[in-house]
Amino acid sequence: MPVSLSIENLDKRFNGVPALRGVSLDVAPAELVALLGPSGSGKTTLLRAIAGLEEPEAGRVLFDGVDSGTLSLRDRRIGFVFQHYALFRHLTVFENIAFGLRARPRAQRPAEAEIRSRVLALLELVQLEGYDRRFPSQLSGGQRQRVALARALAIEPRVLLLDEPFGALDAKVRKDLRRWLRELHARTGNTTLFVTHDQEEALELADRVAILNGGRIEQVGTPDDVLDHPATPFVCEFLGEANRIPVTVSGGSAYFADRPILRGLTQNQSGCASLFVRPQHVHLAEDGPATLPGRVAAVRRHGAHRRLEVAVNGAPKPVELDIASQEPPAPGETVALRIARGHVFSV
Amino acid sequence: MSSASSLGATSRRAAARTPSALRESSLVSGTLIVLALGFLLLFLFLPLIAVFVEAFRRGFAAYFEAITEPDALAAMRLTLLIAAIAVPLNVVLGVAGAWAVARFEFRGKSVLVSLIDLPFSVSPVIAGLVYVLLFGAQGYFGPWLRANGVEIIFAVPGIVLATMFVTFPFVARELIPHMETLGSTDEEAALTLGASPWRTFFMVTLPNVKWSLLYGVLLCNARAMGEFGAVAVVSGRIRGVTTTMPLHVEILYNEYMGAAAFAVASLLALLALVTLAAKALLEWRYAEEIAATRHTS
Repeated sequence: MPVSLSIENLDKRFNGVPALRGVSLDVAPAELVALLGPSGSGKTTLLRAIAGLEEPEAGRVLFDGVDSGTLSLRDRRIGFVFQHYALFRHLTVFENIAFGLRARPRAQRPAEAEIRSRVLALLELVQLEGYDRRFPSQLSGGQRQRVALARALAIEPRVLLLDEPFGALDAKVRKDLRRWLRELHARTGNTTLFVTHDQEEALELADRVAILNGGRIEQVGTPDDVLDHPATPFVCEFLGEANRIPVTVSGGSAYFADRPILRGLTQNQSGCASLFVRPQHVHLAEDGPATLPGRVAAVRRHGAHRRLEVAVNGAPKPVELDIASQEPPAPGETVALRIARGHVFSV
Repeated sequence: MSSASSLGATSRRAAARTPSALRESSLVSGTLIVLALGFLLLFLFLPLIAVFVEAFRRGFAAYFEAITEPDALAAMRLTLLIAAIAVPLNVVLGVAGAWAVARFEFRGKSVLVSLIDLPFSVSPVIAGLVYVLLFGAQGYFGPWLRANGVEIIFAVPGIVLATMFVTFPFVARELIPHMETLGSTDEEAALTLGASPWRTFFMVTLPNVKWSLLYGVLLCNARAMGEFGAVAVVSGRIRGVTTTMPLHVEILYNEYMGAAAFAVASLLALLALVTLAAKALLEWRYAEEIAATRHTS
């Protein structure tokens, strides 16, 4: 049965340096949650603290409402998949997966025949039938990853934790494994948390994303939530590129040098603020009342699009925008920019 | 800009010169190889052959007599006994020490690492003298020990202690770097899978380091059987009672019984050769497995 997971005010320091600062997070049964953040943001520490591999200085981790603080690692029944898999290199794939079953106290240990059938079923689940006698060194990275997952699933974990599950794989394998993991989660229904620094991975896979920065959770929400309604400037800049334009807000409009450039703001605030605009939300327009005048500083290829850098008088950095047009304005040309969407954060 | 282009030109010129550069280096490497082989031949191989030549100088019968003479047999028994006690104890202590150093951060860790190395940097004679000072008749604990009927100096316990002191670093030194590169994630994985700490140690930690451990044991054993200085001081050299093989060799030699001395010495030399052969054999036979266990990912 999938369990719910509650993290309450976790604090953790390493040699006095805070790694987690009052982190709280609720995960529903069978939910798939991504812990996303730059390196050093505390995401792996949080995962390890949930598993019981790190002891937090303060706070609690509850499984179905029961405090896990007093439980041994065995009794927590966490399926943990390590970043570099940590497969037992002297054991075959079969014995790796059987390890958790054989490690049980005698009274709870399944009979040999049952261990065998369970391991073979797991091998089938991770699509590695026939690999049971191989050693980890004879497997590719993606195969090792799947053995590690099967090994973690063998103990029928209450919660599945994955540390950078695709971090050590090349791009093609990553994509395949990502889709496969999503399907696997749909089938097994484990409450699952995974750590990643790759926002694309987090947004594609997870039901909800928790974005960490400096040992704190900045925002938790569905991929649509965090993308469309970033709660902090950090979230806005971390989930893709953003232009940062200094503005003054009053009466639901953002003004740049007395020109209104974005109307209809729902945030109820006024005064000096920063307007964050993604390059795909800036468009070229006819000169008009709600536009931003500028001069094209550079034109570059940016994937399928062209990326324009437009120098705006009074803005600290050129405003970047993407256009699909085959005939972009030439550098030096004067253009007007219209901002379709943006997020305002007071400074 | 100009510096960049001149750099490019230099590297192109270097590339064009590569063949001659290779020839030069083959000359240099050839010289070095000859030097190294010559040194090995002169200082290691010749003495080794000399030992066996001297041992058989009086013929096979004399050789056989020298190594089956009661004092020689007693020396062999004692040497084997010492190794049988000291080596297992050092394996346990060495594994524990390496575990502590590789797995935990604690105050005074660097001091502990230096202490592990101490027996390598201290003259074995000093090691022996320290034990005499501590446990000898005039030593700190000597009178108390004698009153309680415990004999250490000039007896087997003293020889075991001195041997253990001298051979302690071998196991720990082999294990520490290996355990440090392995890290502790394998053990963490075993613990999250529900294994007890003991099971984790015997099923994961020990198999991961078994080759390093075996090397350590081989070297430790060779030194335990061959140790002279420290043992000489604590043993009192009571013939047939506290003389190990190296001490027996020296006594025979001092009594101008050269052939007998070399005969027993040849057994020690044989031990060294067997140790080397065992190490080479292990490396050859299990090369793939060793490479796999040393691989960190």
